[in-house]
Amino acid sequence: MTITFRNETFRDDFTFRNSLYNIRRFPFPFDRDEYMYSVNMEPHVRGKKDSVFENLIDVDEHYVAEMLDRALVLKEDPLRCQALPHMMAAQWDTLELLMEHQAQDYSEHFTLTKNGDRWRWINRPMGIDDTFTFGDPSTLPYPPMEYITRQAQGDFCIVDQRDNNLWMDAGMVTTQADWSLDFDIGMNFMEWHGPVPLAHQIGVFDRALKFLLNLQQGKPTRRLNWTMTVNPRLDTSPENYHKWGPDRATVTPENVGEKMHLRVELQSLWRLPRSNAILFVIRCYLISFNELVTVPKWGRRLPRVLKSLPPEIVDYKGLTRNRPIMLDWLEKYDDGSPTSPGIFPD
Amino acid sequence: MLVAGIKSRPEYKGLDVDAHAKRHLFVLEGEGAQALIDQVGAKGRDFLAKSEILYLAAAAAPKAYDVALSALSPDVFWHAPTLQPLLFRLRACLDLARMGTRLYIAGTEGFIGQIMQVAMEYGIDYHSIHTEHRGSAARRVQCVHCKGITDNVTTSPFACTHCGLPLLVRDHYSRRLGAFQGVNIDAEEPGTAPAPEEMFP
Ligand code: HEM
Repeated sequence: MTITFRNETFRDDFTFRNSLYNIRRFPFPFDRDEYMYSVNMEPHVRGKKDSVFENLIDVDEHYVAEMLDRALVLKEDPLRCQALPHMMAAQWDTLELLMEHQAQDYSEHFTLTKNGDRWRWINRPMGIDDTFTFGDPSTLPYPPMEYITRQAQGDFCIVDQRDNNLWMDAGMVTTQADWSLDFDIGMNFMEWHGPVPLAHQIGVFDRALKFLLNLQQGKPTRRLNWTMTVNPRLDTSPENYHKWGPDRATVTPENVGEKMHLRVELQSLWRLPRSNAILFVIRCYLISFNELVTVPKWGRRLPRVLKSLPPEIVDYKGLTRNRPIMLDWLEKYDDGSPTSPGIFPD
Repeated sequence: MLVAGIKSRPEYKGLDVDAHAKRHLFVLEGEGAQALIDQVGAKGRDFLAKSEILYLAAAAAPKAYDVALSALSPDVFWHAPTLQPLLFRLRACLDLARMGTRLYIAGTEGFIGQIMQVAMEYGIDYHSIHTEHRGSAARRVQCVHCKGITDNVTTSPFACTHCGLPLLVRDHYSRRLGAFQGVNIDAEEPGTAPAPEEMFP
């Protein structure tokens, strides 16, 4: 399928929009009218055509614009991309995985040709055509993880497995929901999840860690996570909180439909073959409330979910200030009729 | 945003001298001296002949713990004038350290964090290090915005000594940086920061 890439921005004038096609395929994260943390993992296998699950590494109309935004973030702050020295094998694993999936599922846009260790990578949307030696970092313009994640949508963490734990030892993180790679790098699973409320107490992280330690190669797993962002801003990092924080105070009953965005992360986890590390892909999707309520089921469900949230989660996701405005506006779209199970539009 | 009760916050389980270690390296600051003196009280003097003590008096200088420590007659006692030469000497000790050496750290959290950083550079597993928090609860905090580190923070919020933003001090702790995380407290409405409150005396 040929994708028409949009020319748009995620900062300043915020020209980001979703096409009608992209709205229908948005990964709405609520399969029922309420939400609580759980070990919401399922096999990462191909799903419905025209959904974000159609391909396991999803590329969409925002690809080119997102890669330009990433390049801007890295210019301002190179610490968004870091890898500890022992992660080189995992970096190559990551490069291979992303190149193979993108080339296989989007052959009009990407081509990978292997001739022994000599690989040729063509990325047409970005105008890249590079030949390099797999395993030799000196043949690429960036270290392998940085090279390929400058050409792949979503944030990426590579976690090393040792001592029955996972360690965040590498990452490319420029579109994060308010957490810092530079601060968290080197931490283990429980430590980097330290700031999350409620979930530790109900055993979510103990069970999730146990599951991941046994993750098998060739059997990736996935989960959805979500928050809200004012304006379609990808870089909501703590580093820049003093720059985007003021946006939260600009939401009014008149502009909430346009300004407030549901931000969904399709997270997939992959055991890597050479390094035995795990690649954690955090693919971020944004949708404005105006766009979201064009799907009646989602317009009914979102206010119900927002009402049912435990206060700790409201606070953690930074929703406290604007929840009343959001609810007032969204409730117009809830006619009280029942909603069907599952996340897809009716 | 979760501020307290975060699991990355380190636990300091006490010096607890390891009877099986071949050699003991104690790196102590201020009131941390008393942690070792208490160990001698609890476990006897035998381990002292195999012990090297590096001591920085810092805020506890008036209490002259250096006199008490050297009176214990360890194999080596060294009194550092400031942190920088202490770190230099520590590196020399770790360069020469043999298998079976146990590292102990006692003092304020900022001190423990900085000694741990050096130890981790030398490949020492942080689980194997015995630590005890003594003295003030002041924190070493990294500003998540400008990345500048401020030592001896006793209030929250406090003004970052590098970029000036008023920072909320969270329990989120990075062992790699040896610091807690500070986040701008009035980002959403600049100018509305509450007055600093003494939180870590
Ligand atoms: C190894 C892979 C993973 C990485 C690298 C990762 C990383 C993170 C990070 C950095 C945060 C933000 C914490 C903060 O506020 O500073 C987070 C939040 C969270 N993580 Fe994970 N995580 C992983 C796997 C999982 C899994 C398997 C679960 C399954 C239950 C999970 C559940 C959560 C939850 C519930 C939150 C709170 C999110 C929110 O409410 O917005 N994580 N994760």
